[in-house]
Amino acid sequence: MKRIAALPVLSLAGAAAMAAPFQNALKPAGIQAERIHDLWLLTVGICSVVFAAVLVALLLALSRAGRSDAATPPDVASLAAPEPRLKRNVLLAVGASIALLLVLIVADFQTDRLLGRMPLSDAVHIEVTAHQWWWEARYNDPEPGKIFTTANELHIPVGRPVIMTLKSSDVIHTFWLPNLHGKKDMIPGRTSLIRLRADQPGTYRGQCAEFCGLEHAMMAFLVTAEPNDRYEAWADAQRREASNVLSARESRGRQVFMERSCVMCHTVQGSGANAVFGPDLTHVASRQTLASGVLPNNRQQMAAWVTQPQKLKPGTNMPATKLSGEELEALLDYLGTLK
Amino acid sequence: MTTITTPTHTGQRDSARQLEQTWRDPPGLYGWFAAINHKTIAVRFMLTTFGFFVAGGVLALIMRLQLARPENTLVGPDFYNQLFTMHGTTMMFLFAVPVMQAVGSYLVPLMLGARSLAFPRMNAFAYWIFLFGGLMLYVAFLLDIGPDAGWFAYVPLSGPDYSPGKRVDFWAQLVTFTELSALLEAVILITTIFKMRAPGMTLNRMPLYVWTMLVTSFMVLFAMPSVMLASTALITDRLVGTHFYNPAEGGDALLWQHLFWFFGHPEVYLIFIPPLGFMSSIIATFSRRPIYGYPAMVLAVIATAFLAFGLWVHHMYATNIPELGKSFFTASSAMIAIPTAIQIFCWIATLWTGKLNFRTPLLFALGFFFILTLGGLTGIILASVALDLQVHDTYFVVAHLHYVLIGGAVFPLFGAFYYWFPKFTGRLLGETLGKWNFWLFFIGFNVSFFPMHLLGLAGMPRRVWTYPAGMGWDQMNLAATVGGMMIGASVLLFIINVLRSRRHGVPAGPNPWGAGTLEWGTDSPPPAGNFVAPPVCGGRYPLWEPDGVPAHVTGLADDRREILVTTLMDAVPDLRPVMPSPNIWPFLSAVAVTILFVGSIFTPWAVVWGAVPIAIGMTLWFWPRSRETRKNAASEVHP
Amino acid sequence: MKPGMREPGRLDVSELPTFGFGHRSLMWWGTFGLMLIEGMIFALTIAAYFYLRSHSVTWPMNAAPPELLWGTVNTAVLLASMLPNHLAKQAAEKLDLKKVRIWMVVCLLFSLVFLGIRVLEFTSLNTRWDSQAYGSVVWMLMALHTTHLVTDAYDSAVLTVLMFTGPLEGKRYVDVSENAMYWYFVVLSWLPIYAVIYWAPRF
Repeated sequence: MKRIAALPVLSLAGAAAMAAPFQNALKPAGIQAERIHDLWLLTVGICSVVFAAVLVALLLALSRAGRSDAATPPDVASLAAPEPRLKRNVLLAVGASIALLLVLIVADFQTDRLLGRMPLSDAVHIEVTAHQWWWEARYNDPEPGKIFTTANELHIPVGRPVIMTLKSSDVIHTFWLPNLHGKKDMIPGRTSLIRLRADQPGTYRGQCAEFCGLEHAMMAFLVTAEPNDRYEAWADAQRREASNVLSARESRGRQVFMERSCVMCHTVQGSGANAVFGPDLTHVASRQTLASGVLPNNRQQMAAWVTQPQKLKPGTNMPATKLSGEELEALLDYLGTLK
Repeated sequence: MTTITTPTHTGQRDSARQLEQTWRDPPGLYGWFAAINHKTIAVRFMLTTFGFFVAGGVLALIMRLQLARPENTLVGPDFYNQLFTMHGTTMMFLFAVPVMQAVGSYLVPLMLGARSLAFPRMNAFAYWIFLFGGLMLYVAFLLDIGPDAGWFAYVPLSGPDYSPGKRVDFWAQLVTFTELSALLEAVILITTIFKMRAPGMTLNRMPLYVWTMLVTSFMVLFAMPSVMLASTALITDRLVGTHFYNPAEGGDALLWQHLFWFFGHPEVYLIFIPPLGFMSSIIATFSRRPIYGYPAMVLAVIATAFLAFGLWVHHMYATNIPELGKSFFTASSAMIAIPTAIQIFCWIATLWTGKLNFRTPLLFALGFFFILTLGGLTGIILASVALDLQVHDTYFVVAHLHYVLIGGAVFPLFGAFYYWFPKFTGRLLGETLGKWNFWLFFIGFNVSFFPMHLLGLAGMPRRVWTYPAGMGWDQMNLAATVGGMMIGASVLLFIINVLRSRRHGVPAGPNPWGAGTLEWGTDSPPPAGNFVAPPVCGGRYPLWEPDGVPAHVTGLADDRREILVTTLMDAVPDLRPVMPSPNIWPFLSAVAVTILFVGSIFTPWAVVWGAVPIAIGMTLWFWPRSRETRKNAASEVHP
Repeated sequence: MKPGMREPGRLDVSELPTFGFGHRSLMWWGTFGLMLIEGMIFALTIAAYFYLRSHSVTWPMNAAPPELLWGTVNTAVLLASMLPNHLAKQAAEKLDLKKVRIWMVVCLLFSLVFLGIRVLEFTSLNTRWDSQAYGSVVWMLMALHTTHLVTDAYDSAVLTVLMFTGPLEGKRYVDVSENAMYWYFVVLSWLPIYAVIYWAPRF
């Protein structure tokens, strides 16, 4: 009966394979996650062997021992005389356990050291600040003119190290991008650091992993790893201000943006809107998702998000904005220009 | 094996009747509030903790229904956050530790051959405090002002800026109630175990279960103050503007984590160590032999207790504390596996060389080997900083913690209920229902929690009220929900078994299992004074000694609550004090303390004016009664 | 006095004393448990003090260290109170009611003095509990210890009254003895707290 219950262990590979590969610790796409995955395989291997051994010993014991009932006289010989065979076996088992534990501890320490030794030359520096419930990212650069800010969706170059400084503006959040590395807490009043590198191109999903309040479940982010030239092109695009070349309706949309609550919280570089309470929207139209990884970025969802955010992400700090049909259409047009 | 010396002549029968009169609780409604017999209080305590267990389970089932499908809207984020906060808080503070103390407060005096616990009125007070704290929390929850910041209430989320209102204050004060209750119980148990053992029960002959209760109680004394301090500082931050956790004014968010986890890690061992004692009791009886390796077993429990205080930072690997510090905690977190391994190997050795009786208690004990071992091994995985950084705060940890707590504590606890129910009630629980109970629980548990390991690795974080479709998490979540339902069904079977067996169960007699420890040497249920003639202890398994119990204690009065106090190491008879009689003041003092605690959620001045009724209550509790004093003084013998 | 085996199978304890002092008594163990708990709370609070200090550039934060006068005077008073306390304990263990009464009244007088001075200490801490984290932890230490002073003073007062009014029996002398032990704890646990509050910020 116990063997049947052990079947789930064997379906590990199957179930994990069913899970999406883009937010998955078992599908490492970068060197740090790779090293952790190696340690994982070793540890699970040893632990599985130990588990099987304990179960086998137990099952053997159960099958070999005699049977009894309440009236069977107890065997108290062991109270007077030692049991050398049992002692030897228990000591052997303990010795083997200690030895295996030491192997694991050494492997742990070795992995920790390797994780701290990722080469850092030609790194991209990103300062990520967590908010309730979105991610602000500032790409730093020694040339001040090249610094730019975005939100919720990052691009990084494949093969180059990325050094992320992690901060929080309110409560504790955690940055977790399982395909590329383990997680790191973002603690108000402190600055922490995570160093990772993507070695395979792709778009990976991360999620906040420290309970941070009402919409902790809806605080995801996307990281797209791409070849360096494509990354640089993306970064250049991010540095550009919003275009001033607008059609009539797009201008009307910008007017709506400036006159309604949008301007109170959001920045659009070059437009005059530069509040920092919400995500930077200068290039919002280039993003795949809205509301921190929660909604697909299309016209319909954007309309819903602007007018009824509480329905989509209850508790969000984004206020519902009442707009007439004309105002909304114009605003959507304008937002569509923010590529 | 021994036979019981039942009263056979008029003198003994009169003595038994007198003893019953002396030790039983007062009758009527007044008696219900003034009761201090340790068995009465313990049964109430066990029933109350079990009630909280069921409540916590229902909360979990609602969570599982919400998570059964992606993007589900059965409950919203606000209620869901309250659900998991209440589930964790209930299970950790209102069930897991108190139930262990409750069972101990019933069994320990009996196993020691004693008539009572030490400080029986304080024992009653501790129960009332516990009950009132739990009621306060649930009233708050049902009024929609229940806590919602997690059972661990990390700051700054739980601080005044991000958790306005009183929700978190109810949580913090619940901690105060339950920790006070647990601390008092620990003092009671330590005193009882050290000073009230049967003559001849040297420390070397104490049942392994009593060792676990002793060690656990010491751990409580050192661990609980940490969470009391942490939660008090949180209350003052929220109520009167202190800055313990406010980084803007020199406070630190990690101070909370250090204080909380310095308690929180030993806490899980408070939950785990008494069940190790259940395992030893059950395995010995159903293998018909003493547990192999008594000294190793005792040292292993003591080692576990010490090591448990050196692990707490493994809950904080993802923070930015220095890496070298974290490595130390990897080593200690891995090393604590060794004493547990020693215990597991000694039990297997006992089973191997025993003659097995596969009754329900033993089945639950065997369930431990599968579930706890798996949980312990995922614990080794979590001990590694690198691995933990992937699976921390994901469903992998949810899986781990349930494997170790349910496998390591709840399964042995159910085994203990099946084992000792006949002693508590005089009737056996049904065997057939028991086996169904066990298998449904075992299978349901694995169906529910095993997939969670995979969910965590596949990217699902903890404490999320919903998850998107397309992540590949759907099937595993559904399985987890189905398994949860099976667990619920198995608990229902248990309740049915209890209700049926109370009336129609097979009558048990004093020793239905043929066990060897002293609690089985008296009637089922025991008389009010536990033993008509308190036993002298002749060995580790007194009832299995070839000549049984070598002697009984005589010379203790029947007409007052006279008990025997023995010396610490060798249990040589030393004193013959009189235990206090029941009165209403423990109950009333608990009410007064409750008023102060609840009042201080709303105003700091409650600490001042609330102290007055407490002072009155406790003074009247302590103040001796003239008649009783005269009686005692008349038969006093000076040292 | 040890019980004897008058008949085989019977261990007769009828001649044992009905009360005893020190760790022979259950009350000693209860008091000991309480001392462990409260000692642990003090130790943890002191640890929190140094933890917060280690994370701060300046210490105290924006405040002068507490004035030495009242804290030091009170430390002296507390230490002095150990003498009547000790004498009360000794008298109790000799079952000398007259001396117990005298010394407990003296202890009570001491407690009135040190409680009064404790109020003055609070006014000269040079920081408020809500000023910054330093103030919070200093006030927490003071509040914890003061709670012990207040409850110990109250306990002792109740016991003193009882020793005058009765009803009395042997185990009340044990209560006096245990109360004295607890008093030692309240005084001695003050010493590290005093050092931390009054002297640590000066180094």
